Amino acid sequence: MEEIIVSGRSIPHVDPILDIWGLPISLYLFLGGLAAGITIFAAVVTILKKDEQYSTAAKIAPIITPIALAVGLLFLLVDLHHILYAWQLFTTIRLDSPMSWGAWTLLIITPLSIIWVAMHMKSIMPMLNMGGCCLGVLGFFIVEKNDGSQVNWEWRYPFLINFEKFVIAQKQVFAWIMLVLGLVVGVYTGILLSAFNARPLWNTAILGPLFLTSGLSTGAAAIMWLSSDHHEVKLFSKIDLFLILIELFLIVHMIMGFRAGSEIQIYAATFFLGGDFTVIFWVFFVGLGLLIPLVLESMELVGKKVPVAIVAFLILSGGLLFRIIMVDAGQVIRFLY
Amino acid sequence: MRYGMVIDTIKCVGCTDCVVACQTENNVPLGYARDWVVEAVVGTYPELHLEIRTERCNHCIDTPCVRTCPTGASHIIEGGIVKVTANECIGCGACIESCPYDARYVHPNGYVDKCTFCDHRVANGQDPACVSVCPTYCMHFGDLDDPNSEVSKLLATRNSKVLAPEAGTKPQIFYLI
Amino acid sequence: MKTTRRQFIKISGLGAGSLALATPTFNLLSGKQKPQDDIKSKRYPNYCEICFWNCAGWVYTNEEGKIWKIIGHDDDPNSNGRFCPRGTGGVGSYYDDDRLKTPLIRYTKEDGSQDYREATWDEALDLIATKVSEIKNKYGAESIALFNHGSAGKHFTHLFRAMGSSNIAAPANAQCKTPRENAFKLTFGHELHSPEPLDIQNADCMVLIGSHLGENMHNGQVQEMSMLIERGGTIITVDPRYSVVASKSKIWLPIKPSTDIALLLAWINVIINENRYDKEYIEKHAHGFNELKEYIQPFTPEWASLITTLDPTQIVLAAREMAAAAPAVIVHPGRHVTWYGDDTQRLRAVAILNALLGSWGRKGGFFFSSSASVGKHPAYKVPYPKPKWSWMDIRPGDFPLANTGITNVLVDGSHPDYTGENKIKAWFVVGSNLPVSIPNKQRTLEAMDNMEFIVVVDTMPMEITSYADVVLPEATYLERYDILRLAENRYPTVALRMPAAEPRWESKPGWWMAKQLGDRMGLNQYFAFESYEEVLEAELSKLGVTLEQMKEIGVLKLERPYDDAYMHEGDEIEFETPTGKIELLSTELAALGFDPFPKYTAHAEPPAGYYYLNYGRVPMHTFSRTSNNPNLSDLKKEHDVWINPIVANDWGIKNGQYIWLQNQAGVISDFPVKVRVTERIRWDSVFLPHGFGHNNPKLSRAHGKGVSDTQLISNVMHDPINGSTGMRLNFVTFLTEDPRKETEA
Ligand SMILES: Nc1nc2c(c(=O)[nH]1)N[C@H]1C(S)=C(S)[C@@H](COP(=O)(O)OP(=O)(O)OC[C@H]3O[C@@H](n4cnc5c(=O)[nH]c(N)nc54)[C@H](O)[C@@H]3O)O[C@H]1N2
Ligand SMILES: Nc1nc2c(c(=O)[nH]1)N[C@H]1C(S)=C(S)[C@@H](COP(=O)(O)OP(=O)(O)OC[C@H]3O[C@@H](n4cnc5c(=O)[nH]c(N)nc54)[C@H](O)[C@@H]3O)O[C@H]1N2
Ligand code: SF4
Ligand code: SF4
Ligand code: SF4
Ligand code: SF4
Ligand code: SF4
Ligand SMILES: [Mo]
Repeated sequence: MEEIIVSGRSIPHVDPILDIWGLPISLYLFLGGLAAGITIFAAVVTILKKDEQYSTAAKIAPIITPIALAVGLLFLLVDLHHILYAWQLFTTIRLDSPMSWGAWTLLIITPLSIIWVAMHMKSIMPMLNMGGCCLGVLGFFIVEKNDGSQVNWEWRYPFLINFEKFVIAQKQVFAWIMLVLGLVVGVYTGILLSAFNARPLWNTAILGPLFLTSGLSTGAAAIMWLSSDHHEVKLFSKIDLFLILIELFLIVHMIMGFRAGSEIQIYAATFFLGGDFTVIFWVFFVGLGLLIPLVLESMELVGKKVPVAIVAFLILSGGLLFRIIMVDAGQVIRFLY
Repeated sequence: MRYGMVIDTIKCVGCTDCVVACQTENNVPLGYARDWVVEAVVGTYPELHLEIRTERCNHCIDTPCVRTCPTGASHIIEGGIVKVTANECIGCGACIESCPYDARYVHPNGYVDKCTFCDHRVANGQDPACVSVCPTYCMHFGDLDDPNSEVSKLLATRNSKVLAPEAGTKPQIFYLI
Repeated sequence: MKTTRRQFIKISGLGAGSLALATPTFNLLSGKQKPQDDIKSKRYPNYCEICFWNCAGWVYTNEEGKIWKIIGHDDDPNSNGRFCPRGTGGVGSYYDDDRLKTPLIRYTKEDGSQDYREATWDEALDLIATKVSEIKNKYGAESIALFNHGSAGKHFTHLFRAMGSSNIAAPANAQCKTPRENAFKLTFGHELHSPEPLDIQNADCMVLIGSHLGENMHNGQVQEMSMLIERGGTIITVDPRYSVVASKSKIWLPIKPSTDIALLLAWINVIINENRYDKEYIEKHAHGFNELKEYIQPFTPEWASLITTLDPTQIVLAAREMAAAAPAVIVHPGRHVTWYGDDTQRLRAVAILNALLGSWGRKGGFFFSSSASVGKHPAYKVPYPKPKWSWMDIRPGDFPLANTGITNVLVDGSHPDYTGENKIKAWFVVGSNLPVSIPNKQRTLEAMDNMEFIVVVDTMPMEITSYADVVLPEATYLERYDILRLAENRYPTVALRMPAAEPRWESKPGWWMAKQLGDRMGLNQYFAFESYEEVLEAELSKLGVTLEQMKEIGVLKLERPYDDAYMHEGDEIEFETPTGKIELLSTELAALGFDPFPKYTAHAEPPAGYYYLNYGRVPMHTFSRTSNNPNLSDLKKEHDVWINPIVANDWGIKNGQYIWLQNQAGVISDFPVKVRVTERIRWDSVFLPHGFGHNNPKLSRAHGKGVSDTQLISNVMHDPINGSTGMRLNFVTFLTEDPRKETEA
């Protein structure tokens, strides 16, 4: 028996178990992954010039992106302990620090994602109810237009009108940029944790692809949920099915990797194989968040009627749960003591 | 020049004087600590072994804490001392997550704090507070690059180990065993 | 006059060591340590009051003039510039907001219940002076007893002597070192005092019998022990618990509690029978060797093995290790030695062992310490009136060798069941937390209940303050002038204590309180000074230093007048014993009808389901006095009770669980204590660090944290030789449910 006693130390958020990062970080990672997933699908669909066919993916779902990114960023800020100094993030770029390039990427992608939405505004919301307050902030940018055309509004300033023309003309280039940035965000939220070698559970190369896959899967789920087009739902259901299979493969691979890893990683694996995180991981995340959707989507494929909302909901909550588990468990398992 | 510590676990009695000396010297708020003491007991009565050691930031050569810092608040100064500039730190916790030794904490004022090797004392030619107070004289501080320093000589003549070498950070605190 | 060796021993027998009158060797620039930043910080000399090692150091204040840190003084032989954790954390005693803030007076409310009210100093002092004078007139000054510990006690001792009472005692004797002082005096004619004159830094072997150095943080000894380890010296530890120092020992003997005398006798047996004793030394200096040799024959290692549960070959090996190092070997005399009621005899065995090894007066063994003497202020030269009786007359005939006030005898004289002549009627308690330091707490409480008046002088709202009629808040040692520290050590030193900050709230220095009371009670001539600086100035003048100079240097290092730290070859020595020799056979004990040689007696063993209640120190706390210190409680907020895994398993008790303890007499702990399941303790014992389990709710950090060992020490074995209180024959069992829940329901 080994008995270890640490004295002179019982520091808030560090002892007895680390919880420097909590729910806000999990939410931040989840929302980032979701935004990345949606952005990537929107970009790909656009690049493939299928944006009219799959308009939810290309035009409607991306409305979520800036919101998800902004709320995610808010959660990140909430988690900063020295928040008044947050601007220091943007006084330097540190390529070694995922936090740093993540922050910069978000700084760039968030406005671009708004532009992406604006670019599609006229086609997704041609008739805006201009009466009254519901217009809100938009009122600063648009004005009513009554020329009998199918769109009842116009940008308030000429430069906005010109800018819209410009981006629509450069839509393909824009889509490529969004694809790259979407991938960066996806990879970033994936490798943020695995950049921390000090946490044995995060110290695995599989975590990045796993998070990216999971992000794409949540993105696909969101599109399925929003889409009313049967073909589109079916396509993304198929894509999602495929992503879930990859995810399952990666999870098994990850756990096996731990079991074959260093002493501390073998120990880490026990948390999922009988230890504290077993039930929540296997039953709630893998079971409810992956396997049930997998079954439901397969049924859908063979023609059974399945409520899409339930599938999407399970996948989205599974994705969030996965991040919560990984953030928590990663901090519980330490190198020393 | 590379500062490091050589700590004799055979002499350390685990009194925590190093902890309280650091707290008073550096105004570490109560409830927080830059250093601490670990006791590890193995065996069955009466065949027992006890190792006692004082721990703190290892002022690693390979510093994940500096690497992951998004603002540059965590940085390395002369002699390899790893420090945090309070008013550049946003308190994101990345460095805390990246330290395998859990040597950092969030100061109640929001920024991240940790052992500084008492660079303010070292600059005056004094030993760090913890080293200079230790009643068993079990801690030694000095330049590991200088083969004639006390620390280098101890390392050359005694068996030593570092903590969690598998974490790959190349810690600069050595324990004589 | 030529000082001969013979005179030296006689002088030191009087208790003071060789007195240094020599010229001071100081130089105002001598301090190696300079303030770190001359502009920003200032430093004030002080000596530590967190324990009685009294290390000298510097108290630093920061830019704002607030107390910042405390650091050892390089010239101080007690600390060598390094404080122990408690001394370093001493700043917390100043910053503790739970401190006593104003004088308090007990009063009875309309509904009959009692409470304290805040009072002005004049009110409190007038009340005490009136009450004390009344009692003095009615029963005599002798009926007032003083319990004390630490430097503040000295000012009240002066007050008491001036009043005509010598009923003065400290738990630091009868609950601590009395048996040891007796045993060494009986054997070598010389008490050990504090710091003990152990030449650990030059020893090749040290034997620790229960002394848990490293947890017991007596600074100089811990430092020197480390030097011994560094030099590759041998440590032999006898302890039923795997103490920190046991882990650093070449030989650890996990002895069955209460059987140490058997082991010591076996060691003496081996050393004599294997001819490993210092023949020349014994022949020249010892009395009773042949009788000892004959007496010791039955006590073989095999005999001791059956009693102690130790391996006989280990016993022999240990004896050979000691002998190999002799005379640079120390069989440590211990300090808190009041264990089983036959402690003086156990310490006699320790002394005899040291004598056989020839370590007394030898390099690497016991050295002769030296201390400084200072002048006297006229107020301290006025003769004291002679008391008509003293504590020695409370239980006449009992405890013939008691040589310092025995707290528990004063308690006896205060108790309602006392039928003798010499009754105690009132108490002063200065810097001693009696309900936590004297065993059989119930008896102490009954005695206090019987008192007409109790005054408590303390810095903190400790248990003892709850029994006072008047509580006086003393300023901490960081805020006051105090007596000079004249430490006995390898070389003599004088250390100054001066304030580094103004006293917080209404607290005042002890000397001021004593003087105010003296003045009010017509004892003005004993307090004919305005400030304590005057007294210090007068005392220092004999050494040719001024107070101003002392403030600069802090510690005045003096030279030893003679080269007499060790015995010299060919010295003619007369020991202060009846035979003038080292008494292996104690003629004094024989004359008093006690065993002239130590005898092993079997002690009670724990009944089934009970365990020896073993206690000791944790390095970051001093007794009960620091448990509320903000800095030190930050290091250790609560203690835990150590239980062997086998025992825990039997009981189904888990690590970290809270349980209650109940002793053999049915006393149940007030609070629960956290369990530490550990291999470091025997299966027949539990270990409970002393000083926790405070029940005064005013201690915001310490209240209710753990269990008071004192509460569970209701069985006391009095040493017939001196009345000291054997405290280790109490047994506890475990209660896993809150025992008070049912009774309430
Ligand atoms: N940190 C700290 N240091 C202190 C103090 C403090 O309060 N805190 N107080 C100081 C004072 S005044 C004193 S008197 C000393 C006391 O310090 P010591 O003299 O060292 O203390 P003890 O309480 O006698 O010894 C405790 C040890 O005795 C062991 N023991 C218990 N029963 C037996 C037994 O039957 N046989 C043997 N061989 N060992 C046994 C215990 O397991 C424990 O390790 O400490 C001094 N130093
Ligand atoms: N159960 C049990 N009992 C023991 C022991 C044990 O190990 N276990 N150990 C025994 C030993 S070895 C000893 S030496 C005795 C010690 O016993 P005590 O002499 O009673 O020592 P403390 O418990 O330290 O009590 C000190 C009191 O002094 C107060 N005080 C602190 N500083 C000052 C000051 O500057 N001025 C004033 N006026 N008061 C101050 C504290 O607040 C506290 O109330 O206890 C003995 N009793
Ligand atoms: S001060 Fe020294 S002996 Fe005490 S715990 Fe620290 S390193 Fe160990
Ligand atoms: S111990 Fe931790 S904080 Fe210190 S240098 Fe190494 S990684 Fe950084
Ligand atoms: S908490 Fe501060 S020091 Fe640590 S990584 Fe973040 S900004 Fe850098
Ligand atoms: S080197 Fe200084 S800052 Fe670091 S632990 Fe020691 S005292 Fe504290
Ligand atoms: S041993 Fe520690 S507590 Fe005792 S006087 Fe010295 S520094 Fe103070
Ligand atoms: Mo003591």
